[in-house]
Amino acid sequence: MNPFEYRRPTNVAQAVAWLRDDPDAKLLAGGQSLLAAMKLRFAAPSLLIDLQDLPELTALEEQSGRLWIGAMCSHARVASSSLVQLLAPMLARLAHGIGDQQVRNRGTVGGSISNADPAACWPAGLIALQATICTDRRDIPADDFFGGLFTTALEPDEIVRGVRFPAAQQACYIKFEQPASRFALTGVALAKTATGVRVAVTGLGYGICRWEAAEHALSARFSPEALQGLQLDEALASGDIHATATYRVHLAAVLTRRVVQQILRPSTLGTATTTASTS
Amino acid sequence: MAVIPITLQVNGQLRQASVPPSTLLVDFLRGGPGTGLSLNGTHIGCDTAQCGACTVLVDGAATKSCNLLAVQANGSAVTTIEGLTQSDGSLHPMQQAFGKHHGLQCGYCTPGMVMRGVAMAAEGVPAEPEAVRSALSGNLCRCTGYFGIVDAVCEGLQRMRERPLA
Repeated sequence: MNPFEYRRPTNVAQAVAWLRDDPDAKLLAGGQSLLAAMKLRFAAPSLLIDLQDLPELTALEEQSGRLWIGAMCSHARVASSSLVQLLAPMLARLAHGIGDQQVRNRGTVGGSISNADPAACWPAGLIALQATICTDRRDIPADDFFGGLFTTALEPDEIVRGVRFPAAQQACYIKFEQPASRFALTGVALAKTATGVRVAVTGLGYGICRWEAAEHALSARFSPEALQGLQLDEALASGDIHATATYRVHLAAVLTRRVVQQILRPSTLGTATTTASTS
Repeated sequence: MAVIPITLQVNGQLRQASVPPSTLLVDFLRGGPGTGLSLNGTHIGCDTAQCGACTVLVDGAATKSCNLLAVQANGSAVTTIEGLTQSDGSLHPMQQAFGKHHGLQCGYCTPGMVMRGVAMAAEGVPAEPEAVRSALSGNLCRCTGYFGIVDAVCEGLQRMRERPLA
């Protein structure tokens, strides 16, 4: 790692001020992606602003029927929360499928969504559930937050405080894991909402996207058969050593069928994660 | 860059040191300059948070110490494999179970495996092979094929639950 300075602010305003003062400063949440990037010199911040002492970012609570997950909540905490189980069980399973227990113990929701890895799980959950990302200065709908490869709507000195989710029982996330990293080779989150079905696909390569043709088909008829003949545009996917673009859009269609089946018959499918070795 | 003073409780003892911010917790524990520690039981395997050989407990939670800065752990209690030894010098039940079930061959991954197993007790992981395999997904072993490790962790968990340590 290149040398850097390290500070721990005691309130969000202080963190914002430090971020504003130094264009090469970076926020440190759980560090599970950032430290790896720094070891590889993909990132070389001059200053790390560690957010671990900010209690205002760690709440996990119900706010008038909605679920609030503070930015510094770890994946492990979300995965084991009975409140999350009650209000949005999909998110508990999504969080439990991230990395491994050691990574889940440190990695955070706010860190993941601010990093916006194109194969991350959280963006799919946020888009499907129509979550709202609340920052130190504004509320951003998830649809407007994610901009593609490691890109978000956040301004350079903006800090995510937390995410607000509407309660959702009829939602499911299944990913086909890249077995080494446990990131989604492709993953699909689907939610039945008051305004229709929402389908979010992660892992295609260019960032999170919605599959609108599938949403329309499933809003008209919520059944795996409604997806017959539908395929995502291959131009939305990229190929790499792990999978071709063709394979990724194929997976997206398979996984979308599976999430529909799971919502229709939740007892018949036990696991929310499909690994390469078992399929 | 300036060094930063930190205070950690390591295996029950307070340790103070001044470290550059880029010092990883694993390097701090294994005895970087000025740390006064030489806890070489915690191993560095991949250095990319995949293999789990560097797993320690930070405030009770299993953590890959190659993916955490020592300054991030400032104010925390850290337990390493050396800290598992009982006051009478005997091995921890999880360590004994690894011996009994041949849960190791070359031994490089073992400290991380044992620490991960110990952490499972507090997480409520059932002492059953399928649950233990899933909970061990962040620890890699290239020798054993895992059968002995899974048996060892199951027995270690059972014994920890039968007779919780003081």
